Amino acid sequence: MSQINNILLAGVGGQGILLASEVISEVMLLAGHDVKKNEIHGMSQRGGSVVSHLRYGEKVYSSIIPEGEVDILFSFELLETCRYLPLLRQNGQVVVSDWKIAPPAVARGVQPYPENLAEKICQQFPASVVVDGLNLALAAGNAKTVNTVLLGALSNILDYDRELWLTALQKMIPARLLDVNLKAFEAGCQARSIR
Amino acid sequence: MKKVLLSGNEAIARGAYEAGVLVACAYPGTPSTEILENATQYREIDSSWAPNEKVALEVGIGACFGGARALVTMKHVGVNVAADPLFTLAYTGVRGGLVLVTADDPELHSSQNEQDNRNFAKFAKVPMLEPADSEEALAFTKLGFEISEQFDTPVFLRSTTRISHSKSAVTLGERPTDIPQPKLDRNPAKLVMLPGNARKLHPVIEQRTLDLEEWACQQPFNRVEKGAGEVGVITSGVSYQYVKETMPDAAVLKLGMVHPLPKQLIRDFAAQYSTIYVIEELDPFIEEQVRAMGIEVIGKDKISICGELTPGRVKMQLFDQESPLEDTSAELPQRPPSMCPGCPHRGVFYELKKAKAYVSGDIGCYTLGFMPPLSAMDTCICMGASVGIATGISKVLPEEERKKVVAVIGDSTFLHTGINGLMDMVYNKSTSTLIILDNRITAMTGRQENPTSGYQLNELESPRVDLEQLCRAVGVKHVTTLDPFDLELTGKVIRAEMARPEVSVIITNRPCMLVPRDNPIPRPPLLVDHDKCTGCRACLQIGCPAIIWDAEKKKSIVDPIICTGCKVCLQTCKFDAFSECGDKS
Repeated sequence: MSQINNILLAGVGGQGILLASEVISEVMLLAGHDVKKNEIHGMSQRGGSVVSHLRYGEKVYSSIIPEGEVDILFSFELLETCRYLPLLRQNGQVVVSDWKIAPPAVARGVQPYPENLAEKICQQFPASVVVDGLNLALAAGNAKTVNTVLLGALSNILDYDRELWLTALQKMIPARLLDVNLKAFEAGCQARSIR
Repeated sequence: MKKVLLSGNEAIARGAYEAGVLVACAYPGTPSTEILENATQYREIDSSWAPNEKVALEVGIGACFGGARALVTMKHVGVNVAADPLFTLAYTGVRGGLVLVTADDPELHSSQNEQDNRNFAKFAKVPMLEPADSEEALAFTKLGFEISEQFDTPVFLRSTTRISHSKSAVTLGERPTDIPQPKLDRNPAKLVMLPGNARKLHPVIEQRTLDLEEWACQQPFNRVEKGAGEVGVITSGVSYQYVKETMPDAAVLKLGMVHPLPKQLIRDFAAQYSTIYVIEELDPFIEEQVRAMGIEVIGKDKISICGELTPGRVKMQLFDQESPLEDTSAELPQRPPSMCPGCPHRGVFYELKKAKAYVSGDIGCYTLGFMPPLSAMDTCICMGASVGIATGISKVLPEEERKKVVAVIGDSTFLHTGINGLMDMVYNKSTSTLIILDNRITAMTGRQENPTSGYQLNELESPRVDLEQLCRAVGVKHVTTLDPFDLELTGKVIRAEMARPEVSVIITNRPCMLVPRDNPIPRPPLLVDHDKCTGCRACLQIGCPAIIWDAEKKKSIVDPIICTGCKVCLQTCKFDAFSECGDKS
């Protein structure tokens, strides 16, 4: 079977994960790949965990990534990243925003938010990239563009023409928000890992 | 033609468009909702939300009896509601084609049970197509209308969550230009199902199934993919993808139609291989029928009957492998869904808990009232069930306990099937209290319009059902409408109505915070004054995601980005520590 590439997107409802997976899918479609992606809607909209599977290659069958075959875990929140680390293959990579969102039990003070998650991620997967997504998004002009900052960081790892990314962003993002998102994407491309 | 990425649901809507469908009708339900939301983008299709799945199917039947092609969609449990017209439609057959989409939810991602609706196809004697990706979802929708008209039968299209919500490449076609003009055509012998007429039709539909079975053996949607070994796999739907992923060398009989099964094709296939697997999610639907043909197979003795399949699960279950995954759930805090900041339901459940009510719950966002810290829901069965269950449990309880029983139901669910329960409450003199949580939208499935919202699926304005008048019209004497953001009033009325030895209805009247047209003016977020906050944690008992416990300072803080300024928290604070941002008083 030909090589299939697997990206798992993870985060919290409302972080723009589904839009990010649309953009990556569009890039891969433009690059001539077969693409499948999959996510669970419904209950996850209420601030729950959100996961999106994205696969591309010559011919993709299952839209769910087989366990242990995730190449890149592309994640918007540290705790959610750790939840899905076991799905990564051994020399996989994590691209993550250094962001903590308290789940309900943590917000109520019933359970602590686990410590040193970014260190643990980088220890287990040394090729990982940790980006200060929120501050880069704020510098670009809009806190809601963290997902686009991260797409910029991801584009450094995936070897595709920059033009494909710009075309996909133009197609997927409403015109009035395009400028700030292009800035955010650029900031992500320039971002260094903070770990 | 260029390929585009479509979800299964988008592809079904597109298939309906390309099939020349004139009417599409549904009640929203995950994972089916987006089909109608996409169908309404095609202006040629009259797309609408019905108050429940039974009405949706009946509207579809009417359109088809008028001579139009009609699409009706629902989630798996919706077919339970629509089963009554369905089973007799199977007898009458159709005029214009009718396709009924059932979107099943293996793994219960967003459902109350995991029923396998392939059984409905066999039970109702209706053929069922099962696509394995978006390309097939589009093609099989179109095919369904052709089969419907060719064999004079409604046709099921079965999707599952992983088909409906997966995107894959699809080639688009065009809508036909020669769609026939619907017109009246009286045919009572076919359409009036009195015993005399229906009795004559029963043998006809039995023969129809036999004809379909023979025909389906020759059709490309049931296909054999040659393999390299001694193993043959019979599969359908999304399971086909997992078989190709995990057993690339096996021969595969991929079934596009799961009812009726192409028996001769199965016999010929099975004869060629020494080992036959049947890989299917949920029930042994194909397996039992193949075994009944005298063919030995490996199926549910290996593959779990519970939960959805994944490539990993197929591999592990079939070949007895251990899961490579370590279970991290013990160390990492879970992140379950919760009521949104500013949700109008929050205060109601906070007060119900304080009143020690026994809450007969229902299906909607407010089912999240079950979650801690609100923890104020004691039963939840199906759409509309809260009302009848409250009546029944009250019948058997001693008087002191009877007073604790309160039913809660959303506006959309009340109109779906709750209103019948309220008529029963009045008619049979129940003493229970019903709370209608009226947020003017069907929120759980992603904010769809309903008869209380004042708008249709196509965004046109429409008369709004007056819930208070409706309750009074069925005979409820005590109806109180209140603002659930007012905790003191909400609690007072709940306790008073619980104590009342007569049926009563409380309508909490506050729109969903996520609907912009009902929340035109944003309220300022709140702020906690840490000089006043004593760290008593009372505000944390409402379970608002915007309030976070600062473990170091031992004080509450408000996340100003997600706070909607509803001020429910403010009313739980005895120390006056909450104020509006910028409010210096």
